Amino acid sequence: MSTPFEDLQARAAKRWSELTEGESAWIRVGGGTSGQAAGADAVLEAFKSSVESTGVNANVSMVSAMGLMYLEPQVDILMPNGARVYYGNVEPEEAKAIVEQHVKEGKPLTERAFAYSGGDGTGVGNLPELQSMPMVSLQQRIATRNFGDTDPHDLLQYVANGGYTALNRALTEMTPAEIVDEVKAAGLRGRGGAAFPAGVKWSFLAPSDAPVKYVLCNCEEGDPGAFNDKGIIENDPHTLVEGLIINGYATRSTHGYIFIRTGHELPIESARKAIAAAYEAGLLGKNILGTDFSFDMEVSLTGDSYVAGEETALMEAIEGKRSTPRFKPPFPAAAGLWQKPTNINNVKTLAYVPEIVRNGSDWFKSIGTETTSGTAIVCLSGHITYPGMYEVPMGMTIREVLEKVGGGVSVGERIKVLQAGGPLNGLLGEDAFDTMIDFDAMSAAGASIGSGGIIVGNETVNVVDLLRSLIAFNQFESCGKCFPCRLGNTHMLEILDRMCQNKAKSADLALLERVGTSMKAGSLCGHGQLGFNPIASALKYFGDEIKSCLAGEIAPGGVFGDGTMILPTRTRP
Amino acid sequence: MTTAETEQSSKLREQIRQVLNAQAQPTITVLSSLIAVQDSIHYLPDEAIKETATFCGSTINEVWSVASFYTNFRFTKPGDKTLDVCWGPSCHLVGAQQILDSVHAALEIKEEGESPDGKVTLKYNTCLGACAQGPVIAINHHLIGKQTPESAAKIARELRGQSS
Repeated sequence: MSTPFEDLQARAAKRWSELTEGESAWIRVGGGTSGQAAGADAVLEAFKSSVESTGVNANVSMVSAMGLMYLEPQVDILMPNGARVYYGNVEPEEAKAIVEQHVKEGKPLTERAFAYSGGDGTGVGNLPELQSMPMVSLQQRIATRNFGDTDPHDLLQYVANGGYTALNRALTEMTPAEIVDEVKAAGLRGRGGAAFPAGVKWSFLAPSDAPVKYVLCNCEEGDPGAFNDKGIIENDPHTLVEGLIINGYATRSTHGYIFIRTGHELPIESARKAIAAAYEAGLLGKNILGTDFSFDMEVSLTGDSYVAGEETALMEAIEGKRSTPRFKPPFPAAAGLWQKPTNINNVKTLAYVPEIVRNGSDWFKSIGTETTSGTAIVCLSGHITYPGMYEVPMGMTIREVLEKVGGGVSVGERIKVLQAGGPLNGLLGEDAFDTMIDFDAMSAAGASIGSGGIIVGNETVNVVDLLRSLIAFNQFESCGKCFPCRLGNTHMLEILDRMCQNKAKSADLALLERVGTSMKAGSLCGHGQLGFNPIASALKYFGDEIKSCLAGEIAPGGVFGDGTMILPTRTRP
Repeated sequence: MTTAETEQSSKLREQIRQVLNAQAQPTITVLSSLIAVQDSIHYLPDEAIKETATFCGSTINEVWSVASFYTNFRFTKPGDKTLDVCWGPSCHLVGAQQILDSVHAALEIKEEGESPDGKVTLKYNTCLGACAQGPVIAINHHLIGKQTPESAAKIARELRGQSS
């Protein structure tokens, strides 16, 4: 007799072969928040109606985004002969011509396409193979392995591509302790920014015999410049759901929460659908896959609050309160959500887990650097030629990522400044571009991989103006619980405002540093403790520019208008 | 309150009670309740605070403390459409301030809030999550990327029903 999982796999294989091996072409439109912002919804509709009006035999679906966001809206067509051709920056008006010529007559519009894959390589003109493009070949996609290929709302497509085999293996062949050891041995470090070894964190929770224990997945991701957590949830939610169930089994927990900010409609919808589908398939709920393990999961929404991403503040938000951080100890593994033993992991951390369990810790350890195994999921935005989301092995240098993957500066002459790892982390100047992407090397350079966001600025960017934007964000988002953070950020913003308006005094630098020291010493969570980081790192790499600004000169690039920044007026009471 | 106002208020209360009771997820809290109400009627009137307190067995004070903390909540009726403009550091680098400036002019306002005709509510957003398509704006949570001051102003005027 076949097991429940074998039945599921059989259904999945059937579904996948219908899509990829039948007589129909498969037209895939890349979705996601970024695809939507580029206009993918209208493109999808245009292809659907073109297929209907031309009467060709083709499936049209919105699938996950590939991450090559500069090419969005992006469409690819898989023909029954196995050849797949990729089109970028597609306008809805082009759909009809593409369907008629490519799908009906079998002649891809090579002058409009950017790459091909599969097939016998004929009929694609001079198009490069997708795998030969540097922004694809330099990636090593683990957490993002299904991006661009599968419909995120179809559990069967995930299973057909190897999904839930790790969960099945974990539940039927491994003990919880063996999984914790495997994750420890893989050297998986937390991807939320703190880089704490995930297996060690899990081992704090696992021994407790409490009847109710929680594992939480943090997708608050308020960091400007970072969109990889939401990217994983909206593009391949099942990899996260599977990771969180394995996390639950390994720590012998009973409930899981995926925590997302309200208003981010696509990730929320995606997570909810994935959880519902997993329940229906017997992958969640009582006696998962016919084993003794039972586990429940739901989505928890927070209001707009950046600090809600701090682990104890997050628990307050799930409990329905103001998301302000708690004192530690007690630590979450002892008393977390509703005072029950709790673990909390970032989306990216959990998204690696299924592949670690499936392929083993040695495989994962072989990728990346000595101290940071695996990959970094980097989000490039700002003045960069190829903005997007790229999963690269740890150990690549920042320069390689910027130039080879990102294609260098988009406008202007050179890249002057990077904001890496979110607004509580540093600015980097050109001196730091040869730093390896690895938790320890980045932190030695005064920045952090943090959330994985890298905002790129060219030579016209005024560093003080950029700093003001970061501190304005931090000031707006301070939860207000600790006054050094609440007042310190306000005070720093006032000084930066003065600097941008040519009204600064030379004593302001010392004042900034004093405020920064107080924030670090007197704040409960990272928001205040790290709040001076942007300024400290800017002084390291752009000291001259800041000092000239203090002396009454506006640095290169100037500022917008009369030097006052348009900011939200509403603050937390 | 006049009789008409009382009647309107009790209708609103009934509507809010239905929303509160319709929450489908297992974990229901003050915050989840407030999010559900705002998703449904787009703001939190006094009635929402009171009904949430009753529904959750909480106090009005406690509900207010949560409602006033999260910056997505609003307490007056918004315009017909909500226009979010991102002012986070990533969009800042590619011209968010210029976009805010031109949207202000198109909506005839100088800060967040409603246009004088009540048709559009402008909200500054710290990050809409599509940084690769920056500068980004959103109409009722639907994102539109690669904006210029001119294109954003055009969209703002169209939302007010003015021809561009």
